[in-house]
Amino acid sequence: MHLDDMFERAEEYRAESAGVEHEVRVCMAASCQSSGAQPVFAALSEGGQGDACRVKAVGCMGLCSAGPLVAVAEVAAPNEAPVLYRDVRAADAPDILASVGRQPVERLRCPTDQPFFTRQQRIVLANAGIIDPDSFKGYVAAGGYFALIQALTEMTPAEVVQEVTKSGLRGRGGGGYPTGLKWSTVAKMPPGQKYVICNADEGDPGAFMDRAVLESDPHRILEGMAIAAYAVGANKGYVYVRAEYPLAVERIATAIRKAKRAGFMGNRIAETQFSFDVEIRLGAGAFVCGEETALMASIEGLRGQPRPRPPYPAQAGLWGYPTLINNVETYANIAPIIREGGDWFADIGTERSKGTKVFALAGTIRNTGLIEVPMGTTLRDIIEVIGGGIPGGKAFKAVQTGGPSGGCLPAAMLDIPVDYDSLRELGTIMGSGGMIIMDETSSMVDVARYFMEFCMSESCGKCVPCRAGTLQMHGLLDKIAKARGSAQDLALLEELCDMVQATSLCGLGQTAPNPVLSTLRYFREEYEERLAAAQV
Amino acid sequence: MALQQTKPAPPDADKRWKLVNAAMRRNGYAGHALIEALHAVQDAFGYLDETSLRFVAESLDLPPSKVYGVATFYHLFTLKPKGRHACVVCTGTACYIKGAGGLIEGVEQGFGVVPGETTPDDRLSVLTARCVGACGLAPAVVLDGAVLGKQTPDALVAELNRLE
Repeated sequence: MHLDDMFERAEEYRAESAGVEHEVRVCMAASCQSSGAQPVFAALSEGGQGDACRVKAVGCMGLCSAGPLVAVAEVAAPNEAPVLYRDVRAADAPDILASVGRQPVERLRCPTDQPFFTRQQRIVLANAGIIDPDSFKGYVAAGGYFALIQALTEMTPAEVVQEVTKSGLRGRGGGGYPTGLKWSTVAKMPPGQKYVICNADEGDPGAFMDRAVLESDPHRILEGMAIAAYAVGANKGYVYVRAEYPLAVERIATAIRKAKRAGFMGNRIAETQFSFDVEIRLGAGAFVCGEETALMASIEGLRGQPRPRPPYPAQAGLWGYPTLINNVETYANIAPIIREGGDWFADIGTERSKGTKVFALAGTIRNTGLIEVPMGTTLRDIIEVIGGGIPGGKAFKAVQTGGPSGGCLPAAMLDIPVDYDSLRELGTIMGSGGMIIMDETSSMVDVARYFMEFCMSESCGKCVPCRAGTLQMHGLLDKIAKARGSAQDLALLEELCDMVQATSLCGLGQTAPNPVLSTLRYFREEYEERLAAAQV
Repeated sequence: MALQQTKPAPPDADKRWKLVNAAMRRNGYAGHALIEALHAVQDAFGYLDETSLRFVAESLDLPPSKVYGVATFYHLFTLKPKGRHACVVCTGTACYIKGAGGLIEGVEQGFGVVPGETTPDDRLSVLTARCVGACGLAPAVVLDGAVLGKQTPDALVAELNRLE
């Protein structure tokens, strides 16, 4: 199969829906389903779809707090923003169907000219909310699997690695390790059994980027994994996904089945010499399994406990074989990079952080949901402009990035550009992209205690600094938060932070003190207030 | 080639063992698919007991200690039977900021159970989860699999009182 055949196939699939003038897209991702998207979809589908209007289930449209969302799009004008409706109920279906092609239903309308929509640049989420995630044809019609065919038929594995290196893409799981470098390390290992793993164990509380991508555009992950497997010389892949995301598991399983049936997965993909197969492995609720060595242990059916590195997974990973592990969002970037070229990708973002990043905005913020912005966008733009600021006239206090491994930044830091290096300098991390916004009513000591409680109960117990350290730090924080602490307790807490950070085995322990350290750095007065309260 | 071993017979005539066996067969009775097998048991029976752990261990040819170790390591697996209804309070960061603690307190006051416990009449189990991913609907509760968003303690207790 060649690229020309792919074009033909896409054309064929598009022709199947010729005559459809309008699409009524209903978001059927987990968040909108929780707010009642299913009855809306049923009512719209029942309301009779003529040939010219099609009701379609799609993935995440981003503005989760306004769900269920429904969009009416004109097929002939793909570049025009569709008419978006918010908080739709099943009873609204007749009105929406009657309005198609005529005047929009004003009472349900959600303006799409607000910064939440206009300031985004969608690469990873390009198909989210537009294509039907369960439809193989829909993905191909939108240009899917072109990059895989292009890589297989027109590029050598080395050229694929080179293109990814050129793009400057860095790991989106939080570490920010250059993806091209990781790929070339695995590619350089002697030929033989190799594995490709997709880390979809999105454990950060308050982060739902990966889930949205898996639910909205699962084929893109498979395509990215297949390209990676071709580049590094692997023929077997695993998607390790949280069992807490049943819908994502279902969608990726459907995608694997359909890709296999169409010959884009399995033996001799698209009539080339390349074979690649993917299996799903379910997590079972262990945050530490997001760490790569723990994740591999879990795939092997063991307790998810990390092991010392080196050897890195690239050298000795799953069952001792060279293994490439990347995050969902990293794989989602691969197909566009191959299709448009590494240089195109490298033009987006900042000097050292290329491309875009998906963030999950949550907490006390007006527009809760999923956004994708170029790297280097300032926190102020993200929170105040795109996120719409704090509701209820309260004042902004802090933004927490990177989950339990990250830190809290105060209002004074809002003008920094968001990229891997700036955030690290300020004592937090990019993480996988969760952003929790807190207003003046949140106490930073309580937040630090919350995260420490999280790390304490999620510590796998293998190494002493993390197992015992998180427990002791939590005890101290609890004492301080309850206004029973002394200055010595605070000093001991700081000392423990350093010790746990320096001596823990894996990322969980090494970063567990970050929420404490960053709140101490920017909100020390709150700790001191609690200490003063203890002396009264 | 490993010799074809006969697999142990299910502990009793319960039809649900067929689901468990099907899951293990799908993975070729491979020891590394232990977590998949445990998921299948929990999906079928609601929890893992000694009988089922021993059955899985024997079927996959693994030492019972290892199966027990894995079953107790992962938070999602439970060794205690659940009540007729399960109320999972999300304690992710977004829900925490928006008052998940109040929900847990409300349930404790209303029913006298803390997370991890079941009411004496087996009607309700209260659990917590690390983020169910419904941050846009914080604070969220998953009641028998359905997500209820934007909860208040009073509304939640009222909802739970309506359960049979």
